[in-house]
Amino acid sequence: MIPADAAHLAALEAEAIHILREAAAQSARPVLMYSIGKDSSVLLHLARKAFAPAPLPFPLLHIDTTWKFRDMIAFRDATAVRYGLTLRIHTNREGLAQGINPFDHDPSTYTRIMKTEALKQALDAGGHDCAIGGARREEERSRAKERIFSIRGPGHVWDPKRQRPELWQIYNGQRAPGETLRVFPLSNWTERDVWTYILAEGIDVVPLYFAAPRPVVERAGALIVVDDARMRLAPGETPRPRMVRFRSLGCYPLSAAVESEATDLPALLAEMAASRASERAGRLIDFDQDASMEAKKREGYF
Amino acid sequence: MPAELLRVLACGSVDDGKSTLIGRLLYETDSVPDDTMAALEADSRRFGTVPGGLDFALLVDGLAAEREQGVTIDVAYRYFETPRRRFILADAPGHQQYTRNMATGASLADVAILLVDAAQGVLAQTRRHAAIAALMGVRRFILAVNKMDLVGFAPAPFAAAANAVRTLLARFGDASLVAIPVVARDGDNVTTASARMGWHDGPTLLAALEAATPPAPPADAPARLPVQLVLRPDAGFRGYAGTLRGGRLAVGEPVANARAGTGARIARIIGPDGELDAAAPGTPVTVTLDHEIDVSRGDVLAAGPAPEATQQITARVVWMDDTALFRGRAYLLMAGAASTVATVTEIAGRLDLERIAEAQAHELAANEIGTVTLALADPLALEPYAADRASGAFILIDRLTRATVGAGMITRVQPNGRAIYWHRLDIDKAARAALKGQRPAVLWFTGLSGAGKSTIANLVEQRLHALGLHTMSLDGDNVRHGLNRDLGFTEADRVENIRRIAEVARLFVEAGLIVLVSFISPYRAERMMARERVAAEEFLEIFVDTPVAECRRRDPKGLYARADAGQIRNFTGVDAPYEPPLSPELRLETLTAEPDRLAEQVVAELRRRGIVG
Repeated sequence: MIPADAAHLAALEAEAIHILREAAAQSARPVLMYSIGKDSSVLLHLARKAFAPAPLPFPLLHIDTTWKFRDMIAFRDATAVRYGLTLRIHTNREGLAQGINPFDHDPSTYTRIMKTEALKQALDAGGHDCAIGGARREEERSRAKERIFSIRGPGHVWDPKRQRPELWQIYNGQRAPGETLRVFPLSNWTERDVWTYILAEGIDVVPLYFAAPRPVVERAGALIVVDDARMRLAPGETPRPRMVRFRSLGCYPLSAAVESEATDLPALLAEMAASRASERAGRLIDFDQDASMEAKKREGYF
Repeated sequence: MPAELLRVLACGSVDDGKSTLIGRLLYETDSVPDDTMAALEADSRRFGTVPGGLDFALLVDGLAAEREQGVTIDVAYRYFETPRRRFILADAPGHQQYTRNMATGASLADVAILLVDAAQGVLAQTRRHAAIAALMGVRRFILAVNKMDLVGFAPAPFAAAANAVRTLLARFGDASLVAIPVVARDGDNVTTASARMGWHDGPTLLAALEAATPPAPPADAPARLPVQLVLRPDAGFRGYAGTLRGGRLAVGEPVANARAGTGARIARIIGPDGELDAAAPGTPVTVTLDHEIDVSRGDVLAAGPAPEATQQITARVVWMDDTALFRGRAYLLMAGAASTVATVTEIAGRLDLERIAEAQAHELAANEIGTVTLALADPLALEPYAADRASGAFILIDRLTRATVGAGMITRVQPNGRAIYWHRLDIDKAARAALKGQRPAVLWFTGLSGAGKSTIANLVEQRLHALGLHTMSLDGDNVRHGLNRDLGFTEADRVENIRRIAEVARLFVEAGLIVLVSFISPYRAERMMARERVAAEEFLEIFVDTPVAECRRRDPKGLYARADAGQIRNFTGVDAPYEPPLSPELRLETLTAEPDRLAEQVVAELRRRGIVG
C-alpha cells in the first residue's frame, strides 16, 4: 500500500471514530447492528478503537433470519467470544411460526417480515434510541441520499423529504418523542476502501468472501450456493462444485455468488479493480421493483 | 494509485442540468458498473427526457420522487476516481425549497462546480448558491456554463455568465474561478475538449477538477481538542476522547480548559493504533492529564493561546426552516460537541442576493442569509469561523421539533465580562416560552365540586412534566388559603375569586408556562373573562362533566353532606347554580372513562393544537 492510500484510510477511520463517539455520547441506549459481513467487521474494529481502553459502550444486535450461511453464524459466535462482546440475537418468532421462508415467499415479503419487522421488534424491545449500522452511500442510490445521523419517525419510518441538514461534522442527535436515530459511520467508504482497510488492519472476515469450491446451482444466471439440506432443488437440478466467492452476504438462498479464483485479500482487491459489476448485483432482494431499496428503507430496513 | 481526496460540490439553479453533468462525468470516467448501465438504459426508456438516448440524470437521482418529478430533492454523494485523484462529489439540489440540502453539501466542500444554463444566464438561485458556498469557506470555483448548444456555441453568453459570477465572488474574498462552456448531455468539454467550441482555450471540467488542490491546513495553528466524551473504564483511568484539530499536540504539553479557566499537562495520548508521543490534527485521540481538572463533553482542551469563554457571539446564519428566525427566539446551539441555549438578541441585517449587500431585516425567512447576534445560556469556548472550518461553525436546533433549522459561522466573539446583554431586546412571552421550548397555555378545568377536576389536572400535569414541559397548577386549595383567603362564597366573592385566578393565570402565561386551573368557576361570564385575559389559542376550557348525583355520591370531602345539613351556604349544585359551558374546547365525561384515559385525551388535544410537541 502506498502512503496516499494510507492517508485516505486514516481520514476515513478518523471520521468513523468521530461519528461513533458522537452516537454514543448523544444516546441513552445505543446498539450496534452486527450483520456479520465485511462492513460489520470493519465497524466493530472501529468501535473497539473509538472507545479503547474502555469496553464498547453498547451491545451488538444481530437479526437472525435463520437463513444465514452456517459459516456466518460460526464466525459471529467466535467473534463475540474473542472480544468479550455483549451480543443480542433476535429472530421474528411470529414470522418463523408462520413458516415465512425465502422459497415460498417473495423476497419483499420475506425481507419485510424476517428482517425489517424483526429489527423493529428488537429495537423496541431493547428500548434502543440509536442503532449504528455499516451501510455505505456508495452501495445504492437511495443510500447515497441518506444522512450520517438519520432520524426515524414513530414506527422507525424514514421520510427522505424530512431529512435534517447535516453540516460540517456537527451531528444533531436530538430526538423528539417517538423518534429514533440511525447512525452510519461508514457512509463515505467505498467497497474498495473497506477491503484495503481490512487488508491494512488485518481484520478477520467470514471465509465466504474468499473463493473456494462450493456446491452451486445456477438459476436465471445467478449462482446460488447450497448451504444446507433446506435448499429446494428443482427437478433435474444438481449442485455442482464451482470456485466461487461472495461480494455481499445475506440470506443464502438470496445471495448470489460470483465465479472467482481470489483466495486471499490481494487477489480479491485485484479482482475487484477489474470487475464491471456493482457490489450489490448479487443481492436478489434489491431488484424486485423500481426504487426497491428506498421502499424498504422507508419501512425501516437498514 | 490516485492521490489526495477532493470534496466537490455541484450546485446551481434547478434545470441547469447538474444531475446530467454528474451522470456524464461518472460515465466518462468509467465509474458506472455494467449492471447499473443496463438499469440506466431501462430507466431512460421509462422516465428519460432524452429521446432515444441515455438520460444521465437518472444515474444520480436516487429517490422515487426525484425520478418521477425529474428534480433533485436531496444532496447525493458519489465516489469516483481517475488515475490522478479521488473525488467525493456532493450533488446539491437546485430548487430554492431545498437550499438547506445544498448548504449541507457546501459545508465540507473544497471545490464548487457552479452550473449555469447558457440561455438563462446567472439567476437569483445561482447567486444564492455561490454566496452560500463562498461564505462556508469554499475558495475554488468552477463555473460550468451548460447547454451551450442552445446559444449556438457562441462565446458571448459564456463570457457574460463568467463575468457576472466573477464579480459576485469578488465580494466574498479571494476565491478563484475557472469558467468552462459545456454541453453536459453530449459530453462537450466534460472530459474531452469540444470540437464545437474551438474558441475555448481553458481546461475540460475533469482537467479542472484534477488540477484543483484541497486547501492546505494552516501550518502553525495551536492544538484544540473538543472533548466528545469522557472515558472511565476503571478508577485508574480518566481519558478525554475527541478529534484533534488545529495543530499538533504532544505528551507533556500544557493545555487549558477555557470554560473552567483551569489547566493541566498532557500525560498520555492514545491514538487509533495505540500510545503516541504526539498527534497530528485530524487524529481521533483519547488523552489523559497529569492531574484531575473538571472537564466534560463540550469542553475544549487548548494548547497555546486559549480561546476565551463567551456568552455572546455574532455570526452569519443561513436559515433553513419554514418558520422564520426572530429576535427573542431561543434555539439549541450545537458547536462541535458543545451545546447550549442561544437567544437571538439582534438581527443586524440580511444579505440581499440581488445587490449582494446587507439589507435591514426583522426576521430571517427560509433560505435567507443574515448576520445575527446570539446570547448563550452557558459560556462556551468558541472562535471565529476559521480557514480550516473546524472551529467557529455551529448549527441551531428547534427546541420543539429538534430539527436543524440554521447553520452559523461565527464572525465575532465577545469575551465574557464584555458582553452587552439584551441589547434592544424586549423579553416577552414568546421569548420566555421559547427558552423553555414550549408554548404557554391555560387549561381551565371547570365542573361541580367532586367532579374530578383536580384528579384529572394532576394526571395531566404529571404527563406534561414527564415530557419536559414547565407547568404550574392553581386550584382552590392552594389559592383560597393564601392569595384569596379574604374571600368567601357569595356571588360577588366568587367573581372576585375567579378574577384574581384569571390574572394569576395570565401572569404565568406571560412567564411562558402551561397553567392548569381547577376551579368550580360556575359562571359563564367569569370563565369568559378568564378566557379574554390571554390570546385565543392559549385558552382551553375543559368541562369535567359529572352529574350532580354522582358528585354527591362521591363527595370526597364530605361537602355535599355538610351543605345538605345547612352547614355550608351557597354551595354549587345544592343552593347555588352551575352554568355548564356551551362550547368547551374539551368535554370529559367521567362516568364512562377512567381519569387516566381522560388525562390522555387532554394531552392528545394539546398535541393536536401544537401546544405539546
